[in-house]
Amino acid sequence: MSLRIEPRTEQSRTLLYLTPLLAVALTVVCGFFIFLFMGYDPQASLYHFFVSPLLTLYGLSELAVKAGPLIMIAVGLALGFRAGIWNIGAEGQLTMGAIAGGGVALLFWEQQGAWILPLMALAGILGGMAYAAIPAFLKTKFDVNEILTSLMLTYVATLFLSILVYGPWRDPAGFNFPQSRMFSEWELLPIILEGTRLHLGFPIAVLIAIAAWVVLTKTVVGFELRVVGQAPQAAAYAGFHRNRVVWLCLLASGGLAGLAGLFEIAGPIGQLIPTLTPGYGFTAIIVAFLGRLHPIGIIFAGLMMALSYIGGENAQVEVGLPQAITGVFQGLLLFILLATDFLTRYRIRFTAPAREARPA
Amino acid sequence: MSLDAMVLILITVISAATPLLYAALGELVAERAGVLNLGVEGMMLAGAVTAFAVTVTTGSASLGIVAGAIAGAVLAFAFGVLTLSLLANQVATGLALTIFGIGLSALVGAGFVGIPVERLPRLAVPGVSDLPVLGPLLFGHDVLVYLGLLMTFGVAWFLKRTRGGMILRAVGESDVSAHSIGYDVIKVRYLAVLFGGLMAGLGGAFLSLSYTPMWVEEMTAGRGWIALALVVFASWRPWRVLLGAYLFGGVTILQLHAQGAGGLFGLPAQVLSMLPYLATILVLTIIAAGPWRGRLNAPASLGKPFRPAT
Repeated sequence: MSLRIEPRTEQSRTLLYLTPLLAVALTVVCGFFIFLFMGYDPQASLYHFFVSPLLTLYGLSELAVKAGPLIMIAVGLALGFRAGIWNIGAEGQLTMGAIAGGGVALLFWEQQGAWILPLMALAGILGGMAYAAIPAFLKTKFDVNEILTSLMLTYVATLFLSILVYGPWRDPAGFNFPQSRMFSEWELLPIILEGTRLHLGFPIAVLIAIAAWVVLTKTVVGFELRVVGQAPQAAAYAGFHRNRVVWLCLLASGGLAGLAGLFEIAGPIGQLIPTLTPGYGFTAIIVAFLGRLHPIGIIFAGLMMALSYIGGENAQVEVGLPQAITGVFQGLLLFILLATDFLTRYRIRFTAPAREARPA
Repeated sequence: MSLDAMVLILITVISAATPLLYAALGELVAERAGVLNLGVEGMMLAGAVTAFAVTVTTGSASLGIVAGAIAGAVLAFAFGVLTLSLLANQVATGLALTIFGIGLSALVGAGFVGIPVERLPRLAVPGVSDLPVLGPLLFGHDVLVYLGLLMTFGVAWFLKRTRGGMILRAVGESDVSAHSIGYDVIKVRYLAVLFGGLMAGLGGAFLSLSYTPMWVEEMTAGRGWIALALVVFASWRPWRVLLGAYLFGGVTILQLHAQGAGGLFGLPAQVLSMLPYLATILVLTIIAAGPWRGRLNAPASLGKPFRPAT
């Protein structure tokens, strides 16, 4: 008996959708040993990390609050990842969207009208798009690597937000804290479940994912995206322009990240503060892969990663685990997922000892 | 500005350049072998936290430096297993490595925040170190600064003058040809990736033991990514990496001094903090748009997975 690895002629569909579950399971197993190694009761830790947050209505609502932005951003990123365009600066686009939308909110502060919130959302989308347009322009015009530019711009966006909340946009009645005014009544997203923080953002995120799925599978644009990613030469023959796809992917992902940013400040936060998210823009990269770059898969993956945030907070309170454990889990999960990818593309066979190779 | 102040600034520039130099040199070797590892930031953080933790626990900075290098190499090995043995996408795996490194270093470092450690001692050469200007400039640094320069020389020499370097370049230019004339492509790439991890770990160790002798979460602040940009800037040549590292070290120190002097043209301090990142984008654009873009010299097999036909 010997072990043979041979490529599959076609990627296994079944395994493609099963491996994310396998990866989650393996991550939990790793978690067990990490907790054990760190001297915590592994069973109790895992319970408070992965189970107990799901047992209360409030826990479930928080899950949706955190999954919303992750899903929204990841759907946009997945479009690009399919086409081989690596926007990893979603956190920066999220920040710029929040700044643009937050600016509108501060401009119309304490005014009344149902038009304010849609205007903020529009500004958020445009802010994220405009910021993603920078790497898109540099990529299409000069062939500058979008990975590095989009990431560098994230640092710049964070600093820009900090200028605003420490300076001109600081709440005049805020005791000098670096934060803007609290948004007024008409500038906040409606709560859809009384007694929780669950706002309109989550259902909108799910709708966006479904819309993206339709676009990807039923329209020419979706086909174009897939072809450019999988067979660039065929795409060129078919007259699909790479530059158009670069613009499309970056604008779409930037706009969605911007909207997610706006929903954060108009939802759970309610104002502009120096740090808007615990790194949703980066975690969304993991969500996109865990969801297999498929909008529907991304909904489930978003919920899973949201659990890692809530579970981390919960385990911190209940068992005293350090908060950093969330980041370790997230990185580990993506790592294991990429490793299990191997199974979808290669077959492992146990065979009888191979015959002697004979020269042909 | 007095001469002494100039010397002091130059010394800090050298110090700011050193972590970039290590990380970029390591990445350069990996990329010349055809492997794009975007996990530099993660490996640097692993190196920084490990070096710091080991130094604090054992009291030995030498042990700390070695441990930091090993930590970087361990993460690099995981990257190698995924991309070289399991043929995972290099971009995605590199991102995973960075995310993992950020999380892991925060976890390991949680108990070490706020603990001081003695800065790496400067190597004093009796008599010479006390010379005005030249003394502190040439002989006033710690061992890692000199090792970084030595490494630049070593990498340049290895790539250009040795048989091993030639094989490594061949593997990076055309993995299929290198394989067909009998070189073990995967092995060469593993070694190059491990070297990249080792160097990123050393760069991190320098940060937490010398540049700012303490541990802060995500203290690399994007230096791993800037190092990746430096490799492009240097068009994959070691001596140009050195030049680029000093250039960026200069930008970093310039903005720090401008902040210390109460700002520049009344601009908020954050504008100055943006400079290294904006400079990176500018430099990448100039490199990509300039008339020399046809001769950029990127390894032909960079980022492409290789699986020997069986």
